[in-house]
Amino acid sequence: MSEDEELPDLGGGSTRSSNSTAVSGGGGDHNYVSPSPDQVLENVLENVLCFLTSRRDRNAASLVCKSWYRAEALTRSELFIGNCYSVSPRRVTNRFRLVKAIAIKGKPRFSDFSLLPPDWGAHFGPWLSAMSRSYRALEKLYLKRMSVTDDDLSFAAQSFPILKELVMVCCEGFGTGGLAIVASGCREIRVLELMDSDVGDDEADWISCFPDNVTCLESFVFDCVEAPINFEALERLVARSPSLKKLRLNCYISIGQLYRLMIRAPQLTHLGTGSFSPLEIVAQGEQELNYFSAFAACKSLICLSGFREIIPDYLSAIYPVCGNLTSLNLSYANINAEQLKPVICLCHKLQTFWVLDSVSDEGLQAVSAACKDLRELRVFPVQALEDAEGPVSEVGLLAISEGCRKLQSILYFCQRMTNAAVVAMSKNCLDLVVFRLCIMGRHRPDHITGEPMDEGFGAIVKNCKKLTRLAVSGLLTDRAFSYIGQYGKLLRTLSVAFAGNTDLGLKYLLEGCPKLQKLEIRDSPFGDSALFAGLHHYYNMRFLWMSSCKVTRQGCEEIARQLPGLVVEVITRDREENETSEYVDTLYMYRSLDGPRADAPRLMVRPSLMICGKHCTSTECRFSIARSLDFTLSVWVPCISR
Amino acid sequence: MERSLAYENDLSNLEATELRLGLPGTDESEKQSSRNNKRSSAEMDNSCEKDEQECAPAPKAQVVGWPPVRSYRKNVLHQKNESELSGMFVKVSMDGAPYLRKIDLKVYKNYQDLLKVLENMFKCSIGVYSEREGYNGSEFAPTYEDKDGDWMLVGDVPWDMFITSCKRLRIMKGSEAKGLGCL
Repeated sequence: MSEDEELPDLGGGSTRSSNSTAVSGGGGDHNYVSPSPDQVLENVLENVLCFLTSRRDRNAASLVCKSWYRAEALTRSELFIGNCYSVSPRRVTNRFRLVKAIAIKGKPRFSDFSLLPPDWGAHFGPWLSAMSRSYRALEKLYLKRMSVTDDDLSFAAQSFPILKELVMVCCEGFGTGGLAIVASGCREIRVLELMDSDVGDDEADWISCFPDNVTCLESFVFDCVEAPINFEALERLVARSPSLKKLRLNCYISIGQLYRLMIRAPQLTHLGTGSFSPLEIVAQGEQELNYFSAFAACKSLICLSGFREIIPDYLSAIYPVCGNLTSLNLSYANINAEQLKPVICLCHKLQTFWVLDSVSDEGLQAVSAACKDLRELRVFPVQALEDAEGPVSEVGLLAISEGCRKLQSILYFCQRMTNAAVVAMSKNCLDLVVFRLCIMGRHRPDHITGEPMDEGFGAIVKNCKKLTRLAVSGLLTDRAFSYIGQYGKLLRTLSVAFAGNTDLGLKYLLEGCPKLQKLEIRDSPFGDSALFAGLHHYYNMRFLWMSSCKVTRQGCEEIARQLPGLVVEVITRDREENETSEYVDTLYMYRSLDGPRADAPRLMVRPSLMICGKHCTSTECRFSIARSLDFTLSVWVPCISR
Repeated sequence: MERSLAYENDLSNLEATELRLGLPGTDESEKQSSRNNKRSSAEMDNSCEKDEQECAPAPKAQVVGWPPVRSYRKNVLHQKNESELSGMFVKVSMDGAPYLRKIDLKVYKNYQDLLKVLENMFKCSIGVYSEREGYNGSEFAPTYEDKDGDWMLVGDVPWDMFITSCKRLRIMKGSEAKGLGCL
């Protein structure tokens, strides 16, 4: 199993296997049989292994010897599958028998930015089939970037009767009809969270489908569901969910409705406020609800989000809880600095803050002054365009670096930046683990000196010794990559776009960063020779993504030939007859124990080609899948009988 | 040098002031940037790409997936931007009421929403629209002045057409509106 820093909160450790191999005396002594040395070993192991919760520790333990491998496999109850195609569901269920919690990740991250064809894959179905047979006692299911259908949800509800937690992040393929089945079928559900997922509006009244009795709901998150809901049913649901601590509403909930929910659930710790605006224009003279008092009554609130269609006048209602907030997400609220200041100056305990660049550098200066405990900052653009006006710049970044010394993670979108500000941050914020800077104009240099941004990013990798994730942007030469290769020894995730000059850039990375797991590159001039520089390392990586670079078909085939444990997926856009390109459009490659997948889009198996390893007699075979409207997807794997 | 190569890609900054030999519009770098444009959205019309190749300097086309903001977030903010930029405030008068109100038509999704709000705002009953009878039988009937200056019955045209053509609203007494309904 692969390693990943983004651990979903799957909770507790493993439990002892109930099917232990020991024979112990239950009845009279004459039945007692002395256990064999193997069984003793396994008993001891099982008792020890239950204390190992980290999957890396468990991976290490499983490598000691066959005995340890078996014992570990029997006692691991939490599974993490970083790439759903790296291993087949059957292989997983054969090895791990007692699984209570599973996390599965599917599509590569660049699919979020429309860089993959629709129906690319990552179907939950096959996993569900295997799990429905082997993991009937499943309690927690976490899916990220997977394609999930309503039928899948229905089957899951049937297959996992004691399912307690269902979390879907960036998933698609299902609708409110599927949610209705989950609501009615999963009677033990405590956590139901849908985040950044594309949920179809089947006009199903899914909120009404929860059972009528008191529920054990603790967390209910549906802010991404873009469909109206039955508010009265929701109100009744909240009223009969005494354990509810986290509630994130969608934008169809008005502030008046929010009020009604809040007074029913003052015990909430996490609240997503929905639209935060009224349904109708309040007529003059009509009494406004006392939102301020509703917030004041929620003494346990530590996390606020939502504000989807905020009328800024209402923002003052949250003053009573600001002093307790550790997390505030205003990243859908188009407010300016003046509107932000009175709120943020009260948030002295804030650790996580997401905001829109509409607050401008001035707003960020206010953040810097008030939020001394800030660990994570994300600044998103109101206008995600290359040539838009940019209200935030190096001024805001510098202010944050000076005021928020404990910063660990930053995502910052801007239109202009300077090396000096980035260097300053590298020296002020030594705890940085994640540094993601997106200068939205492609190839944009330091706007004051005109220099490339090499020195800024170089300083980050050099000074921030805990850095594991980096995203670069702006005008960057090969030098930037030489810095990253030289200093980025702990780097696991790297995103590169429109950067570098020659193959050297990529070579520096592949030769210099031993811990590199996930490398995603787009629109950079790296070619085959750079690709070959990573042959020693690709088996240690989760994946490599290269789109619109200078990699050729031959290069991809060569990699596939030399590394049989890799699956090399190549996507080529359909082109007009006179358009040719010697380069592939997208290369996505990853290690896999089970060879190429059979579910690539619009599969068409030609009679002369067979699945690798069975009948093919050539030294290599091209498993070719043809033609959706825009894409041809081909998979190269050398032919080795398994 | 590396820098100038990269700069050539950044058309909008330097193209205009760059010194070169030869006629304008024949620069190698333009072709290079056009190729970049080709790498953009697969849905883009091919004919459109060819046009950009011919005219110089090519404007910076939006590239697919850049900046890297999740489509979900882009959609939400895009919708908000549109609605914030162009609210559709119209005056609403009611026969017999001492002062007018103003409402933003963009806030509502259909006639049902609008009529409900008007009923609440003016504490009146408007009733149900029918194509033949209008709001016959109701105490009040909603009418509006359109772009041509004509007074129309609310509900006759599709909602989208209505919100773009409505200049102001007037809630008439049912008895006065009877004339309109009988046409």
